[in-house]
Amino acid sequence: MKSKLNLIGLGMILPVLLIAIWEAAARLGWIESYLLPAPTVVIESIIEMAQEGTLWAHVSITLYRVGAGFLIGTAAAVFIGAAVGYFKKAEHLLDPILQAFRSIPSLAWVPLFLLWMGIGEPSKVTLIAVGVFFPVYLNIVSGIQGVDRKLIEVGKVYHFNSLQLVRRIILPASLPSFLVGIRSGLGLGWMFVVAAELLGASEGLGYLLVLGQNTSSPELIIASIILFAALGKGTDALLKSIESRSLKWQDNLQNAQ
Amino acid sequence: MLTVKKASRLFKDGAAGFKNITFTVQKGEIVGILGTSGCGKSTLLRVLSGLDHADSGTIHLNDGSPSGAGVIFQEPRLMPWLSVEDNVLFGFKNPSKYRKQAAHYLSLVGLSEFAGALPRDLSGGMAQRTAIARALASQPSVLLLDEPFSALDAFTKMQLQDLLLDIWQEEKTTMVMVTHDIDEALHVCDRVIVLSGQPGEIAAEFKISQPKPRSRSDLSLATYKEKIFSILEYSNTGLQKYSVR
Repeated sequence: MKSKLNLIGLGMILPVLLIAIWEAAARLGWIESYLLPAPTVVIESIIEMAQEGTLWAHVSITLYRVGAGFLIGTAAAVFIGAAVGYFKKAEHLLDPILQAFRSIPSLAWVPLFLLWMGIGEPSKVTLIAVGVFFPVYLNIVSGIQGVDRKLIEVGKVYHFNSLQLVRRIILPASLPSFLVGIRSGLGLGWMFVVAAELLGASEGLGYLLVLGQNTSSPELIIASIILFAALGKGTDALLKSIESRSLKWQDNLQNAQ
Repeated sequence: MLTVKKASRLFKDGAAGFKNITFTVQKGEIVGILGTSGCGKSTLLRVLSGLDHADSGTIHLNDGSPSGAGVIFQEPRLMPWLSVEDNVLFGFKNPSKYRKQAAHYLSLVGLSEFAGALPRDLSGGMAQRTAIARALASQPSVLLLDEPFSALDAFTKMQLQDLLLDIWQEEKTTMVMVTHDIDEALHVCDRVIVLSGQPGEIAAEFKISQPKPRSRSDLSLATYKEKIFSILEYSNTGLQKYSVR
């Protein structure tokens, strides 16, 4: 326990030092405050927004967009990825066209989605879902195709049907790579929500970035960046704790004591 | 119990696999299938277990139990995400109802204390014991063993051979064991079928009437060993001549 605290302390040295230098530089006027305000100013502006009640509105709409896009993208990827991984026919049918779509940079969809769905929520959520889809899909397919044939034979000895094989062997065996997929999918989700909100939104953390630029208030931009970082890290930590809890059985470096 | 009639399974244009194999296994008997590598003995076992199909011939399992054959592979093949106990109950649809059964088979293989352990914490011998318990738990009418101890060190191997005999004493399980180890076959089996050639055919069959458990230094077994060895050696030299030419 004590050594763990020591390790955290070690990791805190540089961030604390940087923030202290930053604060000092802003206070002593080494940097112009209209370019880089002091950390305390940034925190104050966050607190101010929280008191006004606008902070929660911005955060919740952004969380909603990421959440909805993530769920839709992941669900589609699980469904299609499981079919492609398990059935050879589905692979030959679907994988070529999906790989072709994958080579389109996802941001290139933006104008088309705006044209089709307007500037409201559907176009943003769709963009995020597309971004989340591919890493999850790729990892599920490779996870399923990488399941040890020898384990599947054990199921066949017990006359498992396809559903039982999937549920009792293939799903748990491909869980590690599925979790890697949804973690990188979530990361991309956060990236795409910024893109979607930069391009046209009236609220959300990405909108705060634009607002900060247009009103020359860097503290707003930095506040938004900090909130993005905190939310991204928080949601990733959530997935990571699910991951390490459900993968305790793995015989790997991570689990070595 | 198990009847195999003129079964064949050929690969590589008939250069590998086995052909024309006929034998029967009586209830409670331990039959060894012995041969050098590439004689199709593992393929034969895969066909018996239903993992592979025969090109021709019939395999008939006179089935008293609902679960058919149990298989023990060369590797333990445990599910790494399940505890030892859940691995033992892997063949059951509803494992939580059969805890008692798992406890019985775990104590039979001497792993009662490790019921909650994960496969990654087991030694090779313990993992293979778990695999044995798993195969027994579904109460198969015949237990098929595919070189089950060949990946273990000599000492563990002897321990597990004796464990297998203890299990046989207790449960009178019918077993078919594929092996390349003549000593193992002579120590464990009631009958040894020797395969030779490529594709493998039955070259000889020996009934080992010495009662089990046998002493590992039993001199009367040495004569069998010599005979089997000469058959396998003969088929091997034939092979070498063939490949030189």
